[in-house]
Amino acid sequence: MNRRFSWFNATSLTLGFAFLYLPMLILVIYSFNASKLVTVWAGFSTKWYGELLQNEAFLGAAWITLKVAVISSTVATVLGTMAAYVMVRAGRFAGRTLFSGMIYAPLVMPEVITGLAMLLLFISLGLDRGVFTIILAHITFTMCFVSVVVSSRLATFDKSLEEAALDLGCTPFDAFKSVTLPIIAPAVISGWLLAFTLSLDDLVISQFVAGPSSTTLPMKIFSAVRLGVSPEINALSTILISIVTVGVISASLISKRNIARQRADEQKALQL
Amino acid sequence: MQMAQPGTRPVFAPWSDPAEKPLIQFRNVTKKFGDFVAIDNITVDIFRREFFALLGPSGCGKTTLMRMLAGFEAPTSGTILLDGVDIAPVPPNKRPVNMMFQSYALFPHLSVWDNIAFGLRRSDMPKEQIPARVEEMLRLVRLEKFAKRRPHQISGGQRQRVALARSLAKAPKLLLLDEPLGALDKKLRQDTQFELMDIQEKTGTTFVIVTHDQEEAMTVASRVAVMDHGKMIQIDTPDRIYETPNSVYVADFIGDVNIIEGTVADVAGGKVSISWAEGQPALIGTAPEGIAKGARVHYAIRPEKVAIATQPPSDRANVIEGTVHDIAYLGNISTYKVELPGGRMMKAQVANDRRIARRDITWDDKVWLSFTDTAGIVLLK
Repeated sequence: MNRRFSWFNATSLTLGFAFLYLPMLILVIYSFNASKLVTVWAGFSTKWYGELLQNEAFLGAAWITLKVAVISSTVATVLGTMAAYVMVRAGRFAGRTLFSGMIYAPLVMPEVITGLAMLLLFISLGLDRGVFTIILAHITFTMCFVSVVVSSRLATFDKSLEEAALDLGCTPFDAFKSVTLPIIAPAVISGWLLAFTLSLDDLVISQFVAGPSSTTLPMKIFSAVRLGVSPEINALSTILISIVTVGVISASLISKRNIARQRADEQKALQL
Repeated sequence: MQMAQPGTRPVFAPWSDPAEKPLIQFRNVTKKFGDFVAIDNITVDIFRREFFALLGPSGCGKTTLMRMLAGFEAPTSGTILLDGVDIAPVPPNKRPVNMMFQSYALFPHLSVWDNIAFGLRRSDMPKEQIPARVEEMLRLVRLEKFAKRRPHQISGGQRQRVALARSLAKAPKLLLLDEPLGALDKKLRQDTQFELMDIQEKTGTTFVIVTHDQEEAMTVASRVAVMDHGKMIQIDTPDRIYETPNSVYVADFIGDVNIIEGTVADVAGGKVSISWAEGQPALIGTAPEGIAKGARVHYAIRPEKVAIATQPPSDRANVIEGTVHDIAYLGNISTYKVELPGGRMMKAQVANDRRIARRDITWDDKVWLSFTDTAGIVLLK
């Protein structure tokens, strides 16, 4: 078999990756630009990173974003795991297909609509818009992602492990806590990381439900850019890209490696 | 090791003692899944210290019956009593019953030691007694050296023993074994069968085993229940299941058998003669109760009870002439497939107590098959 890397393959790979990563690469490069003008290269410098650390507004927004991301992804993980567990375990009940479809619908729902719907809900409930409403909205849209990740793990989970736990004296909750959860933990963690990353860079939904004192980092960047792109924003974006990259890569590594290994272990333990 | 010798110790047969109280009583138990009847009105008693085997093809309801004992399924109607108490309202974690799963269901995230201790930690056993009990279990299944390993770091046979130790650790009144040896290869399975019997005797626990392997059921069980389509067709000791099956289904399911269909020509003096083919002498057998002249019956005879000879024997009640059609040499025994006049086949099995060169029957030889009038059994259904 000819394993040589053909010209066609090389070209399509380069083109594809260029489309994906060239814009980001340029942004990262210009974040180290000494010049204040975004389009003129004037030598390497990290001064914009230093200046960024002095910028109270950006730091405040970053703090709010982090708070929102941690709280909302944690709650979303709990709710999403519970939903996944019920969907996979509860067997057939009336409206099961409808329910499972409804859990996954937000995955494909346009963010503008989700945002608008959340806004209308908060207004009709009389909730003051702020950090709290952003957290609620983020829980809503990240929960389904957690649910997808966890339920795909649960689908391959040997039910007799839970039955064995019950048989050995566990209450159903104890069985979940001491057997199911430790085994599906990698999937739960990668679900959390996914939710965290999604919450971190959400702009559209936050825009709808944010109040005056709750500007998140993506919102701050978006509004700053309208007044002109500054190298400071490039620096900030570079940091965000790094965080998101680390999050996504570790999520996929955890899920891939751990799930594969655990599944192999389980298979070995199950068969011979 | 002391071998079981009938006659030197009292026979274990609590089922024939009317004073004995059963440990488990199924009373008219029916289980339906939708329209499908998995268990069809079963009534059976299982006694203390019994090794009770549920034997049947897949889908016969044997696993459902076991899962009802464990508490994972509830009967649609009827009651199950354990020690005289209805267990229907008792959840699985409160039953004095433990189960060894077909997949073993060992917890992959826990060591062998923790797997065995899992149930004890959730029982009312004082904490300081748990290590001693786990060690005892490890010794029982000879896995002391593997206590720290994870389930994926030990072999299939060892995993099977961990599962057994885990389910025995809480000293249940009743241990359920769901196809416990299904995943093991034949040699290991045979060794483990004897080990299981040994452990059962040592611990004095009542075992209920589910299996589709008739040899396994015959080896380990004190009584075997042959099941089909949610019904128990026959419940009896292994030897009686084999020697006196109550139906063609049981005779055919257990071991190898020749079944000849015929009509009762005459009943006299406890003997029955069955005409089965034109121009052939009637088969003489022991008459079962309630048999009448003209009834359609099946005559079942095990191949090892059929003698094969090159000369017609004179002292047997039944002698049939035929030609050798096939010979299956299995090492310790040989099975001769003999074509009878009219094309019917009959198998005769002979122990190879002589070296192969001394045996004189070969393909297409004319032979005489013979058996006594008590060798086979006349079945009405």
